Amino acid sequence: MSTANDAPQRRGKAPAGERLADWADGRVGLYALAKANMRKVFPDHWSFLLGEIALYSFIIIILTGVYLTLFFEPSMSEVEYAGSYKPLQGVMMSEAYASALHITFDVRGGLLVRQIHHWAALIFVAGIFIHMLRVFFTGAFRKPREVNWLFGFLLLVLAIFTGLTGYSLPDDLMSGIGVRFMEGAILAVPVVGTYLQMFIFGGEFPGHDIIPRFFVVHILLLPGIMLGLVVAHLILIVYHKHTQYAAPGRSNNVVVGPPLLPVYMAKAGGFFFLVFGVITAIAATVTINPIWALGPYRPDKVSTDAQPDWYLGFSEGLVRMMPGWEWVLPGGYTLNFGLLIPVIVFPLLLVVIGVYPFFEGWVTGDKREHHVAERPRNNPTRTAFGMAWLSEFAVTMLAGGNDVWAVNFNLSINAITWFCRIGFFVVPPIVFIITRRWCLGLQRRDREKVLHGRESGIIKRLPHGEFIEVHEPLPPEKLYQLVSHDQSEPYEVGPEVDENGVRRRISPLERARARISRGYFGENAQIPKPTREEYQELTSGHGHH
Amino acid sequence: MSSHTDEPEPSPHEGEHLPSQRDEHSAVPADDPFANPGLPPHEPRRQDIDEQAAKRSERSVSLLFALSTLATVGFIACYVAIPIDKIVYIWPFGHVSGLNFGLGLTLGLALFCIGAGAIHWARTLMSDEEIVEERHAIQAPPEVKAHVLAEFRKGAAESQIGRRRLLRNSMLGALSVVPLAGLVLLRDLGPLPHEKLRHTRWKKGTLIVNESTAQPLRPEDIVVGSLTQARPDGLDPHDENFANEIAKAAVMLVRLQPEDIKDQRSAEWGHEGILCFSKICTHIGCPATLYEQQTHHALCPCHQSTFDLSDGARVLFGPAGHPLPQLRITVNDDGYLEALGDFEEPPGPSFWERG
Repeated sequence: MSTANDAPQRRGKAPAGERLADWADGRVGLYALAKANMRKVFPDHWSFLLGEIALYSFIIIILTGVYLTLFFEPSMSEVEYAGSYKPLQGVMMSEAYASALHITFDVRGGLLVRQIHHWAALIFVAGIFIHMLRVFFTGAFRKPREVNWLFGFLLLVLAIFTGLTGYSLPDDLMSGIGVRFMEGAILAVPVVGTYLQMFIFGGEFPGHDIIPRFFVVHILLLPGIMLGLVVAHLILIVYHKHTQYAAPGRSNNVVVGPPLLPVYMAKAGGFFFLVFGVITAIAATVTINPIWALGPYRPDKVSTDAQPDWYLGFSEGLVRMMPGWEWVLPGGYTLNFGLLIPVIVFPLLLVVIGVYPFFEGWVTGDKREHHVAERPRNNPTRTAFGMAWLSEFAVTMLAGGNDVWAVNFNLSINAITWFCRIGFFVVPPIVFIITRRWCLGLQRRDREKVLHGRESGIIKRLPHGEFIEVHEPLPPEKLYQLVSHDQSEPYEVGPEVDENGVRRRISPLERARARISRGYFGENAQIPKPTREEYQELTSGHGHH
Repeated sequence: MSSHTDEPEPSPHEGEHLPSQRDEHSAVPADDPFANPGLPPHEPRRQDIDEQAAKRSERSVSLLFALSTLATVGFIACYVAIPIDKIVYIWPFGHVSGLNFGLGLTLGLALFCIGAGAIHWARTLMSDEEIVEERHAIQAPPEVKAHVLAEFRKGAAESQIGRRRLLRNSMLGALSVVPLAGLVLLRDLGPLPHEKLRHTRWKKGTLIVNESTAQPLRPEDIVVGSLTQARPDGLDPHDENFANEIAKAAVMLVRLQPEDIKDQRSAEWGHEGILCFSKICTHIGCPATLYEQQTHHALCPCHQSTFDLSDGARVLFGPAGHPLPQLRITVNDDGYLEALGDFEEPPGPSFWERG
């Protein structure tokens, strides 16, 4: 009641919207919530939209997925197809496949929704992936955002597995091959492999349980966890306030940008519709996963070009490039390294990225909060590591499509596979070294620009006949962008002997930490940025002003 | 500098500012060339100063929204008017489902125009002045931390959990044991493996049936250079567990010139150069049925494991770890090919107990 008394006197009742807001405020504390968030600042930059693409794709997937469950029959009971797709009439198939054909050929708009669902799934994982690259290369995962990086990373992993269980559901020939692969990979697990396989499939492959079970995992278990993680991810973004790039007026202590109401709301809300519209147009024009083309899955049928969705291309490549090593241990036990090693390397490749922020935090010993995103060149070792990882991803992806390359470019598949096997070990170190040197070169260039200014294109002839190019000093805004970043000192283990002259015990781990830290911030790992003194000495000495 | 930065009113939030903030405000000399120059002054857009331009923007946005409405109407019209089995030719996509194309493009346009309208509105008509918001340290100030820790200790002490060890340990014991119930419940997810992966439908005397014609095979049906896919007699696609059985029992037959067979045992297990191999790849279980008759190589299309069928299906390349198992065959009195027994080793991908 107090609101009514405190409000300025007005003739008649308050407008309906205000009365509704009053009602909500009395129940859920709306005004306090709005005070903190309604005009919240969101910095603007194109690279911040990448995560939004992922978020909006997720919403689109949920909307279209709910629609698909209204028609999909997750059952492996065999039926004779009697739908309207003539080439498959009379063929024995699972009810799952028959209902997927029903959605495609008998439900108006069903094909469109199925294609939006699949395209949005591909774009979802791509969105997460590229968003993570942006966060990684700009160091936006540093304190206080490590936990949010982990949430995002878990979303990537869960998205991959949700995709995998999703494209297995239609039970067409291609999806069945994927499920068969999973069976083989599970069987390769030492000691408990056969037990796991029997429990997961409810008996021998393929059995009658795997699709209903995948269905539950795909529509309930994994999306439920993901929804929770998405909400937590967004809450933390709001709580931390977004990072931004160095620019005039921006610093570690303020965040600058348009307010949530109205600009960000309009832009972000509008962007959701843009993403939805574009995905829908793609689904209207570009066929994805034509489940009708090859018929139902049968364990004794196969086709060429059997590739998983793109985000599993790297795991496919790991499997394809692995030599067929198989050991039979004394006592009659088989270790199938041909599958075991890829099955171990696949999660390792991902985990390396997931724990990287904690690794970098440990190496640098940096406990400060960072809200200004770095330029990739200003942390050459991290950037080089990221590029090396990406090159590894690319090599394995290449191997995952070795048959496609072989057919389309008329190459020997064995040669491609051998190239990838060697490249797996050789390419990342080369990329690491090149990227690191490249970053250092860019740092030198920045230093040069700060101290000597920008090339103006004006050639001046000096009295004694020498020609020089006039360099223009940079404007203060540009200077600030180039010199405002931090340059960390490498972590030191401290003196070898304590104040009493007794040798301290320094663990090998600490020594390794100092060594890696020198690799990040030591003498050869970064170019010292110009100091104020250097700048003033050079600019006052020259006659440019 | 924007008017928002030098607002006199104090920050609405209580709490520590970031440590470096103080340094920046006090320690920086006035003539610092590297100082933060502050937000550039706001530059008005055309629409901010020219009402005509603003009107034009308003019209563009409204046009986009109107277009979206029209597209939705078009969507409904497509849904009603286009038959689901109508195939149309549309350049450059080729022959496509008319309904899918119509529904998708109209819906895509309807959604896109809403987005484009909202963003154009935000960019041209809504204020583009940037707001400066202070950040506050995520970490709590020491007094808050001290307060919380004190309250926590108080709460923990009131529970007496630290003092009464028996209580604490028995609770931890119960909590760590109770998940076992959930674990036990998972037991009936599936049967135990036993010997299931070792046995297939093949027995002594099982006829070999052509996969495509469903007729028993005779030696003369299999010509040199061909690859015939087959299954055990009595296994019908309409059977309840057909998929499980065929996943292990599917075979392929090739006929080689007897002198081309390098592996003596392999030749003996065949019949006059006809060899019968499991077609389930020993890598992960795809059918390895891409056959190259000149070299007698069978290639698995999934991961390109290559087997030399003239040499006991030895692995030539790729990730498979062992040869394709061979089925011993002979010809019965009626002249049909039949199995002499089950596979000697389990077909398909390897597993721990395989040996």
